[in-house]
Amino acid sequence: MDLERVIYLKSEILRIREEALKELRELDSPEALQELKVKVLGKKGSLTALLRQMGSLSAEERPIMGQVVNEVRTRLEQAWEERSEELDAMALQKRLATERIDITLPGTRVARGHYHPLTQVIEEIEDIFLGMGFQIAEGPEIESDYYNFEALNLPKEHPAREMQDSFYITEEILLRTQTSPVQIRTMEKLHPHLPVKIIAPGKVYRNDDDATHSPMFHQVEGLVVDRGIRMSDLKGILLNFSREMFGESREIRLRPSFFPFTEPSAEVDVSCMLCGGSGCRLCKGTGWIEILGSGMVHPKVLEMGGYNPQEVTGFAFGMGVERIAMLKFGIEDMRLLFDNDLRFLQQF
Amino acid sequence: MKVSLEWLRELVDLDQSAEELAETLTRGGIEVENVENLNKGFEKVVIGEIVSLTKHPDADRLLVCAVNVGQEEVTIVTGAQNLLTGDRIPVALVGANLPNDLSIRKSKLRGVVSQGMLCSREELLLDDTIGLDRSADGILILPPTAPIGENFGHYLGLEDSILDLELYPNRPDCLAMVNVAREVASLTRKKPHLPKWAEQNQVLSLPVVRDFRIIIEDQELCWRYAGLVVEDVHIAPSPEWMQRRLKAAGVRPISNIVDITNYVMLEMGQPLHAFDRDKIEGDVHVRPAHPGEKIVTLDGAERTLQTHTLLIADDSQPLGVAGVMGGLYSEVTKDTKRLMIESAHFSSVSIRRTSRRLGLRSEASNRFEKGIDVSGIVAVLGRVCDLLIDLGAGRPVALVDEVRHLPSRRQITLSTEHTSTVLGIELKISEIRQVLEDLNFEYKENSGLFQVEIPTYRSDLEIEEDLMEEVARLIGYDRIPTTLPQGDQTQGRRTPEQEFRRRLRKVLAQSGMDEVLTYTFTRAESDAQWGSAKHQIPLLNPLREELGVMRTSLIPGLLDVAARNVARRNMDVSIFEIGNTYWGEEQPLKKLPREELRVAAVAVGKSERHWLNQPVSYDFYYLKGIMEGLALEFGLKLEFRVAENQSLLHPGRSADLYLQNQCVGFLGEIHPSLEKEWGLERAVIFELELSTLFKRIRQTVRAHSIPRFPAILRDLAVVVTVETSAEAVMAKIRKLGGDLLQQVEIFDVYTGNPIPEDHKSLAFSLRYQSIERTLTDEEVNLLNSRILEGIQQDFGAERRK
Ligand SMILES: [Zn+2]
Repeated sequence: MDLERVIYLKSEILRIREEALKELRELDSPEALQELKVKVLGKKGSLTALLRQMGSLSAEERPIMGQVVNEVRTRLEQAWEERSEELDAMALQKRLATERIDITLPGTRVARGHYHPLTQVIEEIEDIFLGMGFQIAEGPEIESDYYNFEALNLPKEHPAREMQDSFYITEEILLRTQTSPVQIRTMEKLHPHLPVKIIAPGKVYRNDDDATHSPMFHQVEGLVVDRGIRMSDLKGILLNFSREMFGESREIRLRPSFFPFTEPSAEVDVSCMLCGGSGCRLCKGTGWIEILGSGMVHPKVLEMGGYNPQEVTGFAFGMGVERIAMLKFGIEDMRLLFDNDLRFLQQF
Repeated sequence: MKVSLEWLRELVDLDQSAEELAETLTRGGIEVENVENLNKGFEKVVIGEIVSLTKHPDADRLLVCAVNVGQEEVTIVTGAQNLLTGDRIPVALVGANLPNDLSIRKSKLRGVVSQGMLCSREELLLDDTIGLDRSADGILILPPTAPIGENFGHYLGLEDSILDLELYPNRPDCLAMVNVAREVASLTRKKPHLPKWAEQNQVLSLPVVRDFRIIIEDQELCWRYAGLVVEDVHIAPSPEWMQRRLKAAGVRPISNIVDITNYVMLEMGQPLHAFDRDKIEGDVHVRPAHPGEKIVTLDGAERTLQTHTLLIADDSQPLGVAGVMGGLYSEVTKDTKRLMIESAHFSSVSIRRTSRRLGLRSEASNRFEKGIDVSGIVAVLGRVCDLLIDLGAGRPVALVDEVRHLPSRRQITLSTEHTSTVLGIELKISEIRQVLEDLNFEYKENSGLFQVEIPTYRSDLEIEEDLMEEVARLIGYDRIPTTLPQGDQTQGRRTPEQEFRRRLRKVLAQSGMDEVLTYTFTRAESDAQWGSAKHQIPLLNPLREELGVMRTSLIPGLLDVAARNVARRNMDVSIFEIGNTYWGEEQPLKKLPREELRVAAVAVGKSERHWLNQPVSYDFYYLKGIMEGLALEFGLKLEFRVAENQSLLHPGRSADLYLQNQCVGFLGEIHPSLEKEWGLERAVIFELELSTLFKRIRQTVRAHSIPRFPAILRDLAVVVTVETSAEAVMAKIRKLGGDLLQQVEIFDVYTGNPIPEDHKSLAFSLRYQSIERTLTDEEVNLLNSRILEGIQQDFGAERRK
C-alpha cells in the first residue's frame, strides 16, 4: 500500500516537473514566469501540495521522498533562473533593436547668453594685470576739471587740452575724457602707502563720432608708484601684458611721445599679430601696431597725488579697449560695438 | 606742418630717402603722418623725340613711331593722329605707373612690339597750361626746348616730397623749417646750416623809428612788439622758387611782400604781418577792443569785436586783429609805397580765444596759440631785410622794438646717475655729452652733472625729466631694457563689489541673456519717462540733440536696442546691461553727481525654435525666473509686490521688487499704450539698483546636514478664485505645515473646463520630513487635512478631486 503510494507520488512529482519544464519553455514574459513559479513552487503550489501528502508515508519512506521533491525543486528553480535570464536577454535584444534615434538631429539647447566683446576684453585685461599683482581702481565718469585736467599737469588754456574735445556739464564739471583722473584719486587715497599698483578700467567720453571714434568709449589706465621704479619696468610690464593679450611671440617697441602727465613719454607698438612683423594691411606694412600711450609719471603729478617726487618714481599707461577689441576680433568699424545688433553680439 | 624735402635739404645735409627720414623722425618723437611724393606717377616717364612715323603694316589706324628717349631709341605703336616727326612728347616707358593708375607693359599690337606709351594730358592728369595747342587732339606736345631724356616730373619741377608732421603740443618749435632742420640734424648727427641771418643781419644797425611809437596797453597780452619800416616798396610776384616752397607748405602765393612774410614765418616760425605804413595815423597801439568796436578784416567781413579781443590800432581806428587777421584798410596793395612789418609776441590764450570766437584759424594764429620764441622776434626781421633786398622788394629804413617782458633763459641740471636710474639704462657720461652735442645745446659738466643751457626755441624743456626724454630719444628708446619692478610683491584681487558685478554678469549671461552696451547719454524725454526729469544732467555741448542728457534709467537705451533689432528682423531679443545712471542734486551742478549702478533687461519674442522642445516665451515669468535665479545665486530674499508704477507697466503684469522692505526695482510687461511708441509687442523689462543688492548678499554659505529619515510626499490641488495669489496660499500652507513641512512647490496652474469661471486650480506638492524620526502616514494625513481645512477657510478654496 505504501509502495503504491510512493509510486503514485513519484509519478506525480515527475509529471509536475515535466509539465513545468515544458510550460517554462513556452513562456515569454517575466510575469508569466513568476505566475508559473507561484503555481508550482508557491505556498499553494502543486509541488508544495504534494509535499503535504507525504505526511502519510512511513518514517523510512519520507526522507527519500523529501529528497526527490527537493531535487525536483532545485532543478525547477534552476530552469526558471535560466529561462528568466534567457528572457531578459531577449528583452534586451528587442529593446536595443527598437530603440534607435537619429543622432544627427540637434541636441536640446541650453540657453546661453553672450558677454559684450568689450566686457570680455576688459575682463581679460583685468585678469592679466591681477596676475601681475595689480588692484582694480575706479573713479567717477562725471569728473571735475581739476581731476580730469589740472591735477594731470594740464592747466586751463594748456594747448594739449585741445587734443581732447570734452563734453561739458558746467565750466568746472565734465564727462571725463580719460581714465587718468583715477591716477590722482588713487594716489590721494593711498599716500603715503607704497607701492601703488593699479589699473583703472572705465568709460570715457570725447566729442567725436566716426568709424574710428565713438563719443563714448573705454580705457584701461595703469599706474605704478614706488621707490626706484624705472622706465625699463614699464617696458617689462607692458611686454608681459602684450604677450598675454596678443600671443607669446609678440614684441613691443617704445616711441617717444607726449602726454602732459608723463615725462619721458612713450607710445607703445606691438609687433603685428596678423603678419608677425613682416608687414600687412592691418599694420599698414610697418609690422607694428600702436596699442597704448605710456610714460614715467610727471613729478608734478606725483606731487598732486601727495607723493614726493624726490623719493618715488612711477609709470603710467593708458589703452583704448575698443582698439584692442577691434584688433583682437578683427572688427573694422568701431560703431558696430555700440550698435548692439544681436547678429554681431552673438558671435562672441 | 608740411615739410618740403627740397627746402629741408638746403638747411641740413640729408642722405636718407623721404621714407627713411620719416621713420627716423617718427622713432625720434616727431611723428610723420604722411609722406607725399609729388613726382608720383612720373618715375618712368621721360621726354622723347619722334624720330620717324610709319604706318602700321597691318592696321590703318595705327602708327609705328621710333622715339629717341635719350640713351636709346624705342619703338612705340600709337593710334594718335596729332604727331609730327620731331615732336617732343612725354613717353611712359615699360614699368611706369601713371598718375591715372595705368601700368605700362611691353605689348604686341598686331605683330609689332610696342615698348611703352606716348602720353596725353588726361593720362598724366595735367591741366592745359602745359604743352602746345596741338596737344588737345591727343598726345601732349611739349615745346621744342624740352630736354630729351629728362625725367618728366623733374622737367615739371615735381621732384619734391612733402613730409606731413603731426606735432604734439610740446613741440611748436617744429612749426619752423629751421627747427625741423635742427631736429633732423640731432637725430642724424649732422650739422644744420641755417641761414646766416643772425650774424649778417643789418637790422640792428638800422636807425630807430622816430615818427611813431609802439604803445602796448596790456603787457600780459603782448610781451614784445617790433616793427620794421620799409620804403621804396616795389610790389611784384615773388620768384618761382619761393612760390613753389610756399605751395608745398600749403600757403597760397600772393605778392612778394606777403610771400616774404609767409616764407619767413614758415622758415623761422614767427608770424609776421605787413601794414601799409601810409595808412597808419599817429602811433601804433596794441590794445583790447572797445565795446562794440568793429573792423573789416582782410577777407572783407565786417566783424564786431568783443572786449578782450587784442587789436593793433592807430590813433583813430583798428588796423588788425592781433595775431589772427589783418584789417582790409591797412592791407598791402599794388599801390603800397611804404610798409611797417610787424614781428611780435601775443598771448597764446588771448589768440586762441579770439580765433575761436571769430572762427578764424590761420598759420599765424596757430603759431601764436602754441607759443613763439620771444627772444627771436627782432632777429627774424633781419631775415626779412635780407629777403626784401635780395628780391628787390623794398628798402628797410628803420626799426622799432618795444620790449615789456623777455622770458629768462633756462638752465637745467641733468644728472647722469639719476637719468640712468629713471630710464633703467646704465649710461656713460660720454653718452649724455654726445646727446647734448647732437642737440647743439650748450652745457658745463662736472663729474656726471650737466648744467644745460636751454635754447629759447625749446620752450618745452622745463625740468630734468624733459632732458631725460631728450637723452632717451636720441640714444633710442630701443636701448631701454625690459625689467620688472623690484619693490614689495602685491596680491592682485578684485574688491567684493567688483566680484559681485562680475558674478552678476555671469549669472545673467548663463541665463541666456546677451549683454549690450549703450551710450550713457540719451534723449531727455524718454529718459524722463522712465527715470527722473528732475535729476537729469544735461550736457552743454552734446554731440546731437538726442544724446543731450545723462541717463537716469537704463530702460530707454535697452528698448532702443530691442526695437532696432526687431526692426532688423532679429525678432527674439533677451538683453541686459549693467551700467551707471547719473543723478544731479541741483541745477546747474555744483558738485559731482551721484553715479548709481544698475542692471536692466529687456526681453521680447521667444527662445529659439527647436524640434524637440517648445520655445520659451519671453514673458513676465521668464524674467521673473531669471530674477529668482539671481536671488538664489546671491542668497537674496527678493519679494515681488504688485507694481505701483502703472502708467509705464501693464497693471496686471508687473511687480515691484523689494529687499527687506526697500524697493530696489521693478519687473513687468511694458504698458500696452507704449507698445506703438517703441515698436515692440509685449516686451518685458526689469531694472534693479545694485548697491542695495550688494549690501544684502549672502557673504558665506552655511551648510545644513541632510535629513537621515525618509520623506513623505503629498499632492494637494485646490480651486480658488482667479484673484487669489498663489504666494498667499503657499504662505498659509507653510504656516500650517510647521517644521515638519520641509518644502512646498507649485507644480500646476489650470483654468478652464471643468474649473468654474473666474476660478483656477492650483496644485501643490508637499514634502514632509522630520530630522529626528520617521514620520507615520497617520500624522502626515492629519497634517495634510488640517492644511486643506485652513486654506478652505481662508480662501474659500475647494479641494479638487
Ligand atoms: Zn601686419
